Amino acid sequence: MTEEKHVLTMLVDNKPGVLSRVVGLFSGRGFNIESLCVAETVDPLISRITVVTKATESGIEQIEKQLNKLINVIKLRKVSGPKSVQREMALIYVMAKNGQRAEILRIVDIFRGKIIDVGADHFVIEVTGDEEKMSAIINLLKPMGIKKISRTGTIALFR
Amino acid sequence: MENNENRILTGAQILMEILKSEGVDTIFGFPGGAVIDIYDELSKTDIRHILVRHEQGAVHAADGYSRASGRVGVCLVTSGPGATNTVTGIASAYMDSIPVVILTGQVPTHLIGNDAFQEVDIVGITRSCTKHNYLVTKAGDLAGTLKEAFYLARSGRPGPVLVDIPKDIAKTGVQFRMPEESDLKSYRPTYNPNIKQLQKIITLIEESEKPVIFAGGGVILSKGSEELTEFARKTKIPVTTSLMGLGAFPGSDPLWLGMIGMHGTFRANMSVGACDLLIAIGVRFDDRVTGKTDSFAPNAKIVHIDIDPTSIRKNIPVSVPVVGDCKIALDQLNEMIGEANLGNIIKKRRKWFNRINRWKTMKPLSYKQKETIKPQYVIENLFNITKGNAIITTEVGQNQMWAAQYYHFDKPGHFITSGGLGCMGFGLPAAIGAQVARPGELVVDIAGDGSIQMNIQELATAVQYSLPVKVVILNNRYLGMVRQWQELFYDKRYSYTGMDHSPDFVKLAEAYGAVGLRATKPEEVVPVLRKGLNSDKTVIMDFQIEREENVYPMVPAGAPLTEMLLV
Repeated sequence: MTEEKHVLTMLVDNKPGVLSRVVGLFSGRGFNIESLCVAETVDPLISRITVVTKATESGIEQIEKQLNKLINVIKLRKVSGPKSVQREMALIYVMAKNGQRAEILRIVDIFRGKIIDVGADHFVIEVTGDEEKMSAIINLLKPMGIKKISRTGTIALFR
Repeated sequence: MENNENRILTGAQILMEILKSEGVDTIFGFPGGAVIDIYDELSKTDIRHILVRHEQGAVHAADGYSRASGRVGVCLVTSGPGATNTVTGIASAYMDSIPVVILTGQVPTHLIGNDAFQEVDIVGITRSCTKHNYLVTKAGDLAGTLKEAFYLARSGRPGPVLVDIPKDIAKTGVQFRMPEESDLKSYRPTYNPNIKQLQKIITLIEESEKPVIFAGGGVILSKGSEELTEFARKTKIPVTTSLMGLGAFPGSDPLWLGMIGMHGTFRANMSVGACDLLIAIGVRFDDRVTGKTDSFAPNAKIVHIDIDPTSIRKNIPVSVPVVGDCKIALDQLNEMIGEANLGNIIKKRRKWFNRINRWKTMKPLSYKQKETIKPQYVIENLFNITKGNAIITTEVGQNQMWAAQYYHFDKPGHFITSGGLGCMGFGLPAAIGAQVARPGELVVDIAGDGSIQMNIQELATAVQYSLPVKVVILNNRYLGMVRQWQELFYDKRYSYTGMDHSPDFVKLAEAYGAVGLRATKPEEVVPVLRKGLNSDKTVIMDFQIEREENVYPMVPAGAPLTEMLLV
């Protein structure tokens, strides 16, 4: 069976150790977490965790069931399709030699990113977008030399 | 009892109130610094406390107590090493879904995370082997947390729940109000099955020619063995069970196929291999049961009734999944069957029953009697002398398998074994717990010479409280099951499975104040059994058995269920 990427979003009790339970479930059962994002919601007692994982169809069914079984998981949904919006943010530290600076600025402009730091030979770029957009800008900047990158991982909401 | 009156109580006193309100009259435990305040309050109550000799014994005893009584088992241990000593017991209860509440002491809240004396992060350690666990950080939370812990332990798919109580919380006074019954919006087990799914089952039964019922521990936990028996007899479908399900269906009934699995009976494994409909109830299709999963019941439509959705479609594809409580589902099925057209059933089944009977006569469970004592002979006579009425606990390995094969169970609550974890050292403390739960009955632990030494210290517990448990040691001076694998698959390279330096079990028993008996020849077996079982004391019976006897049938690991090694 082929493995596919899946985005899971869940509401959990905002208590110490809950994140550890969720993450422990993945590692304990041999599922890999590609990215993880967690923060409080408007209700201070409830947090939202967004996880991206790769699994087969039966694998993701098992992950969802196991997560639902956790006492601290209040609600869980798999994110997909037009009824959802997905975004990610990245901070990209890219090398910017003399001949390339203009090209980089053009790319940032096209992707509606922002330059948040300028140096003699580098920029730090802030950019948000869906997964496709993020891959595209990173691939375009790679030849220039991405020295460091920090990504949030996907977050998502249903419309 | 002043239920909703507000009083100032310390954490320790609150714990006593909650235990009382949950109907707990017995706990198993071992004191220590972190729980000394709790023990102080405990001494002022009527709760019976059984002092064990190792915290692992406390958890196994609470486990055995729970299985024998149908209630939640409770144990109390101190922080640090006391808590870590419970982990094996907790893991065993978790694998077998037994409702146990484990109360652990913890260092005071201001010392947590400081590498304090006797501090461990027991919540972190047991996160993956408890149904849920808690660290209480505020005295005001203690009552609600404890109530919730008991609720979670016994509801839905039962399991062990740990509550870690810091020492200062136990001493802090707080306004106490008995909490309301727990209601968690994130935890809503499904007890009532979907009627449409049940109707599909009835249709499949009507159409099937070679059906089999496969029942497991879930039927016993939901207390549904009467409903199961009625269901099987009404539909005339033969029944097999997993190790955990032994006793859910009467072993003396003609529909009984014997246990399924790696050491199951020939006819049970062949029946499942050939069936066209498998009705699985309260099971989780463990690898000891299925053998090679893609060869498991290859021609069958599989129906799976279980309270835990994660067990369904985890290992085996299922045609009709039903989430629900086993007893409730079986009850509804029994009602629906009355209206169904099962008139042709007897004619349809005749061919199937003939085939099954041929399998039974082809390869019944058997062994060859010789000059040495055969373990199967010991168990057979144990069964005959006790008339099948004893409560049997087991250790793990060959002793466990022979017990499951040669002692026949007609009722639930008579077979207590560490199935999922397979934990050596389980049997003696579990027998102690079972004896405490059912004081008038005969409790027998069937053990190996290796396993019995793992929690031998609990003999002191048994003698201290005059618990007349009987230990039957099948002594072959080997770590038997591993030796069997080494014989069959590793060219008899018995790497470190020889146990020639066990103690003289008779002298050891007497050193503990128990009765010690020994049999070295077949003709001594029955007299030793009779003398031991008739005693009103704690008894160890050392049966020196054939050293290299194997458990058969055996499905080699990774092989299909129908490809068994037979004698």
